[in-house]
Amino acid sequence: MTALLRVRDLKTYFVTEHGKGTARAVDEVSFDLYPGETLGIVGESGCGKTVTSLSILRLIPEPPGHILPGSVIEFEGQNLLALAAPELRAVRGNQIAMIFQEPMTSLNPVFTVGDQIAEAAIIHQHLSRRAARTRAIEMLRLVGIPDPEERVDHYPHQLSGGMRQRVMIAMALVCHPKVLIADEPTTALDVTIQAQILELLDRLQSELGMAVLLITHDLGVVAGHADRVVVMYAGRVVETAATTRLFEQPTHPYTEGLLAAIPRIDAPRARLHAIPGQVPAATAWPTGCRFHPRCPYAWDKCVAQEPPLLETGAPGHTARCWLVTEPERRQAKR
Amino acid sequence: MTLGTWLALFVALVVAGETVRALRLRALQRERWRRFFKHRTTSWGVGILAFLVIIALAAPLLAPYSPNKQLDIVHLKNHAPSWTFILGTDVLSRDVWSRAVWGARISLGIGALGALVAVSLGTLVGALAGYFRRWVDPVLMRGVDVGLALPRIFILLMVVALWDGLPFAALVLAIGLTSWFGTSRLVRAEVLSLREREFVVAARALGADSGRVIFRHVLPNAAAPIIVSAALGVGNVLLLEASLSFLGIGVAPPDPSWGNMIADGASTIYSAPWTTLFPGLAISLVVMSLNAVADGFRDALDPREEAA
Repeated sequence: MTALLRVRDLKTYFVTEHGKGTARAVDEVSFDLYPGETLGIVGESGCGKTVTSLSILRLIPEPPGHILPGSVIEFEGQNLLALAAPELRAVRGNQIAMIFQEPMTSLNPVFTVGDQIAEAAIIHQHLSRRAARTRAIEMLRLVGIPDPEERVDHYPHQLSGGMRQRVMIAMALVCHPKVLIADEPTTALDVTIQAQILELLDRLQSELGMAVLLITHDLGVVAGHADRVVVMYAGRVVETAATTRLFEQPTHPYTEGLLAAIPRIDAPRARLHAIPGQVPAATAWPTGCRFHPRCPYAWDKCVAQEPPLLETGAPGHTARCWLVTEPERRQAKR
Repeated sequence: MTLGTWLALFVALVVAGETVRALRLRALQRERWRRFFKHRTTSWGVGILAFLVIIALAAPLLAPYSPNKQLDIVHLKNHAPSWTFILGTDVLSRDVWSRAVWGARISLGIGALGALVAVSLGTLVGALAGYFRRWVDPVLMRGVDVGLALPRIFILLMVVALWDGLPFAALVLAIGLTSWFGTSRLVRAEVLSLREREFVVAARALGADSGRVIFRHVLPNAAAPIIVSAALGVGNVLLLEASLSFLGIGVAPPDPSWGNMIADGASTIYSAPWTTLFPGLAISLVVMSLNAVADGFRDALDPREEAA
């Protein structure tokens, strides 16, 4: 199967002010997104998830950010990074759409939700105002908002957080995009609404047959909704695997740490595991493996040399860790 | 004054009063407009402006004499206010009331149109500078700095010197084109913060081009300061027109504007104070009313008030 979206060696750097150097927010990130699948990208704050997703549609604020030459973001065979502005706009919202973390601030407060949903249809499909309005009502019904005929004329502040996120989803899906990038779509919502929104995304995905790039810091969300997972740390992909495989056999110590940090209802009560330390600053990543200062297994090789993504044996499972080549060291925990 | 003009004046007063009442009544329905009328001064401002606008529009009905007609240069020169000439006559025996009524048309017209030109241009420049940043921002804003540094009267004097007998449209343009600098700074500051908001990124992610993002997503959110600055701008332009006309380079005589009426009466300000008092009063009333209305708009449109 050929990938719908191919990201290769994506480097997005930010020039910081006052000459503190360059923040390498995303550094040689590669992954593929296949038609119809859900790919989860996980990692803690500051690991480059959001910058990766914004880079795909070239929404990085420039300056201070820039995507380095040599990076490739290929959608259906065309490199998005080489497109001229009008062609890029024809992709945005039409072929690849995006939903954001904060439904409170991602909707324009001065327009009705109907106007905002209709906007993409007016831009890309050149619908008349009337047709676009009908379309907006349809979309509101599709995302499960009751009384769509009435809600279409409401302003964002008249809706609850969950409703607003549904509106955001409706906005993104108006043109039936092939790829939906969902950047922490449920982080700002409470748990019950979270579950509803994720179910909605699952349902729409199977109905519309789109691929979803699900960006989250919540492994629980990934476990329930992603087919494959990319784990990011310090601007790098550190592990890729099918979801079940990742949860059964995490290989990178960072993934291991993340999984151990999830509270479990069936385990005896004990202190929750935490990964020591913090993500280092993006202007000064550690030498060698970027995780070594926080890694319980690290030895001199990790400080000296950064491992490439190594095959672990299972199909499609790779990890950026020397433990793959020296598995016996796993016993020697610090 | 004939019976007809008294009647028209009465109707104008009633209509202005009723306009305010109707607006207030409708305002009660919506929280935002209730805040607009929160202060009594705003109601007065709206009422006075409504009255003056009606007068300007209905000038032919309200003015008993032609504004430029010298009634009797020998006997009716600087005639004090009376029942026939309610605001008196000026040094050329013209009826001050008739001139003030026709002058409202010209003065308010220049104020409104000049402010329209100034606010549109200021908004456009401010939006471009704030949204595009990079080289656009410094280039436009240094231009604005230069504009603010040069005395406006001086620029206008030069324009007028180049142009003999300034036509109305040229005067409006000249005033408008030298009054937009403040607005552009205001709008730029607003756009700078709005462009970082998430809904702007969301709009771009939907495929909106820069024009669409600026005019549909950014500027409507900056409406509050723009409207306030427009309301204050009308007053400023009106004052500028008055000063220009006073200097004799604004509205060309014999056409009346409140500014050149004051200029005409200035030499006889002690012997015939009514020739300067009434147009002066009109200017002050308009500027104060506009300030009150601008305050009302600020109360109504400020999102911080919404939370309170």
